[in-house]
Amino acid sequence: MRAARPVLAALAVLACGTGARAAETRPPPGASSCTGCHAPGAAMGALEGRPEAEIVAALEAFRSGARPATIMNRIARGFDEAESRAIAAWFAGRGAR
Amino acid sequence: MFRVHSDEVDSGSSKECAAQRRPGDVSRPGGVGRSSRDASAPTRRALIGGAAAAVALARPARSGTPPRVVVVGAGFGGATAARALAAEGVDVTLVEASERYVACTGSNAVVVGLRGIEAQTFGYDALGRAGLRLVRASAEAVDPAAHRVRLGDGTVLPYDRLILSPGIEMRFDAVPGYDAGAAAVMPHAWKAGEQTVRLARQLAALPEGGTVVLAAPANPYRCPPGPYERASLIAHFLKARKPRAKLILLDAKDTFSKQKLFEAAWATLYPDVLEYVPLAAGGQVSEVDPAAMIVRTDFAEFKADVACIIPPQRAGRIAALSGCTDRSGWCPIDPATFESRLVPGIHVIGDAAIAGAMPKSAFSANAQGKVCAQAVTDLLAGRAPQEPKLINTCWSLVAPGYGISIVGVFRPADGLLADVPGAGGISPLDAPDAVRAQESAHAESWYRTITRDVFG
Repeated sequence: MRAARPVLAALAVLACGTGARAAETRPPPGASSCTGCHAPGAAMGALEGRPEAEIVAALEAFRSGARPATIMNRIARGFDEAESRAIAAWFAGRGAR
Repeated sequence: MFRVHSDEVDSGSSKECAAQRRPGDVSRPGGVGRSSRDASAPTRRALIGGAAAAVALARPARSGTPPRVVVVGAGFGGATAARALAAEGVDVTLVEASERYVACTGSNAVVVGLRGIEAQTFGYDALGRAGLRLVRASAEAVDPAAHRVRLGDGTVLPYDRLILSPGIEMRFDAVPGYDAGAAAVMPHAWKAGEQTVRLARQLAALPEGGTVVLAAPANPYRCPPGPYERASLIAHFLKARKPRAKLILLDAKDTFSKQKLFEAAWATLYPDVLEYVPLAAGGQVSEVDPAAMIVRTDFAEFKADVACIIPPQRAGRIAALSGCTDRSGWCPIDPATFESRLVPGIHVIGDAAIAGAMPKSAFSANAQGKVCAQAVTDLLAGRAPQEPKLINTCWSLVAPGYGISIVGVFRPADGLLADVPGAGGISPLDAPDAVRAQESAHAESWYRTITRDVFG
């Protein structure tokens, strides 16, 4: 996973069609706020290294209300599908720290 | 004594973690003069007064000279920004006057004896090892044209970009009778530390059947739900420990954060303990008399055994000294970069900033610190910053094990940070006890995570 990081990041950028250059390594909008709660050892769990599809599906389920939550339902509604995919790809590409 | 690791270099009277320190980084007082050390330094341009230097510094850093960022204030905002910049390989100096940080978030539990002040207290040792220079001094002046900060000991720090995260200072000119001396008798406890402990001791010594008066200010102020969490926990404490005692909550406004949740919980848990007096019912404090322990409004006079007066606030002192505050006392900023609207090259984050819909909270300051650090990194590299999105969550306890929350997602709109429509909001009004317990546990988990993220 770690070795594939740059490739994943590049793919993520292409897949999202942002038009950004492939060298984009900045966190996508919203991602840097996540780590205030999501960290290794936290009850909320770390996001780094989780599969992209898992994070995308979780955000979608929070957004629709299918997955019960205390606050993630309220947060997920602040991000559309493309933004959620970008955030998921970024965390997936960072590997577990 | 500020503890740093063994490679500390004493440059005059300021103490630095100097692992990355270069010769000529720090000039002595005097402003326009050059010390002999500076002559050979690669960064001397920043130490030369005059227009030429200002013009040079307005451009991205020249090749061969790593750009330098100075961050003032090592709270949730400044320490976060400094760490994020250091992680990007930026040359960062973090200026902080205090020996350790005492967190406000969670400190209402200290006020009522649910935890000790040590649980709120964090050293800076780990920050000093995070690849940045930590300077223990107060920032006394900023010369925005010459791009330099003068510290209390006369040291001058040049910068390419400056980030101010100075927090708040109390306005001791706002409530008649409530000055710094009055705060020793009627603590605000709105900056955590000695004030928090003082209020906790007063409450512990409250006589049976005594009266506590708590006064909340008008907006804007640090931690919008904070006064109501404090009222809740004091009411809980009185109910459990001080039979027949009363809490009178005087408010200089009529609406407040998580109001429906707080009021529903108060009606259930503390109907005979807590009396809420909003602005419309005469809740604004017009005067205090600390010698007589009297709190007055335009309509009534309250004799208090314990009085906690949370006065109006303004941005921390260096914000005004650097020209970054407007007439409100707070700092208007660009919502994408947090660069001051008033002073180019200076960014303001955390409680001191006017962040639109985003509240003054530790969570906000942490999120802003990361976004600002990224924007500063981009600007130094001559790259356009992204349009950010930021998240805030504030949990409050209305009783131990009973947590409620407010959430917001924010993005720049019309020059301010605005709520993303459809997102955010408060905990459900009809949630079962298990959800309240879960939110209480989440608040505790977040506190451990955020303080480790910032100070650990």
